[in-house]
Amino acid sequence: MEKIPILRMGRFLLVTIQVDLHDRLAMQLQEDLTNAITKYNARGVLIDISSLEMVDSFIGRMLANIAGMSRILDAQTVVVGMQPAVAITLVELGMSLPGVRMALNVERGMQLLQQSLASSEGALLDENHQ
Amino acid sequence: MAEKQSNLLRDIFQRPDDQLLNEWIAIINSGGNAQENIIREADLRSQCKELITLIGSAMAHNAVDIRSNDFVPVLDYLGEISRARALKGATPTQTAMFVYSLKRPIFDRLRNEVGKEAGKLADESWAATLLIDAMGLYIAEVFQKAREEVIIRQQEEMLELSTPVVKLWEGVLALPMIGTLDSARTQVVMQTLLQRIVETGAEIAIIDITGVPTVDTLVAQHLIKTVTAARLMGADCIISGIRPQIAQTIVHLGVDLADVTTKANLSDAFTVALRRTGYSVHKNSANKPA
Repeated sequence: MEKIPILRMGRFLLVTIQVDLHDRLAMQLQEDLTNAITKYNARGVLIDISSLEMVDSFIGRMLANIAGMSRILDAQTVVVGMQPAVAITLVELGMSLPGVRMALNVERGMQLLQQSLASSEGALLDENHQ
Repeated sequence: MAEKQSNLLRDIFQRPDDQLLNEWIAIINSGGNAQENIIREADLRSQCKELITLIGSAMAHNAVDIRSNDFVPVLDYLGEISRARALKGATPTQTAMFVYSLKRPIFDRLRNEVGKEAGKLADESWAATLLIDAMGLYIAEVFQKAREEVIIRQQEEMLELSTPVVKLWEGVLALPMIGTLDSARTQVVMQTLLQRIVETGAEIAIIDITGVPTVDTLVAQHLIKTVTAARLMGADCIISGIRPQIAQTIVHLGVDLADVTTKANLSDAFTVALRRTGYSVHKNSANKPA
């Protein structure tokens, strides 16, 4: 059975979706990703959907769900590389993915994750300092 | 009887002298719908002459029905004339009168030929009326079509003209919107904007609505859609150029723009964009004139 690989990069997880994301694959990804976050104690998840050319409301909801689950497990989610057509489709479906952070490409996404990690750890240090 | 009827009409069109032509042109010019500003006298004359010849040869096989194959050249020529007039800005009346002016000279001739026999005159007149009316309707139809083509072409041009996406700075795009926003335009605007975001890797897009005359719930919804789509691609949107009346309307309509950064004018929005991308603008005091 095909699977979407989850790569570990330091404290972040990198997921690149390069195949058609059908429903069962999406559920599998959700399962694997939450397990991986706990296993590696990851602080950020970066999902690259630049090769994704078609979405439906299920995939949209799945992205939102993954972001929600990651947040509970204390990891930030950034979705990067959404195609214009996909963005328009999601908007027409009425899904604006309010809880998910977006970035134009992997580089920007990584910057966002590093910034949020730095700020949260900085806050932690400040608290300890006081 | 039927053959005799069309023969007379045909003979009128096929007569080699220019009398019919001259009377026709005289009526066109005196009809109170002078066409000299639309078409030159010489051109009008050659058009009329050509048309009379074409009708004459079309009727050579006793055809009187305008839909028959014999009339195809006549209709083609009429279409050409009508289209040319539509593009030159002639009124529908002027265009239709071009054909209807032919009635008078024809009827005069019919009366001269068979005026003594009331029944025959009526038959002949009816045949001529049918022919000329059909031609008049056809010319009006083509006229209408030509005008619609012009309108459609203009709409397409406007759509392309009114959606430029300009790059203001490294990573900052601006989209000055002009004119009313409808669904079709929003779609084009959205597509061009998103495409440019991909091409330039912009982080911030400024949508300037100074040129949008009114904002109703639909327009606001379109704006929010565009902003959301840009956000999904990872770019922030700032809406600028909101006039006082429009701000009032938006609040009265209960449109929620809380998630969107809004600025009163483009320069404020640009300052915000520069700050977010990490640039700042300073006045160079060293260059001050002494």
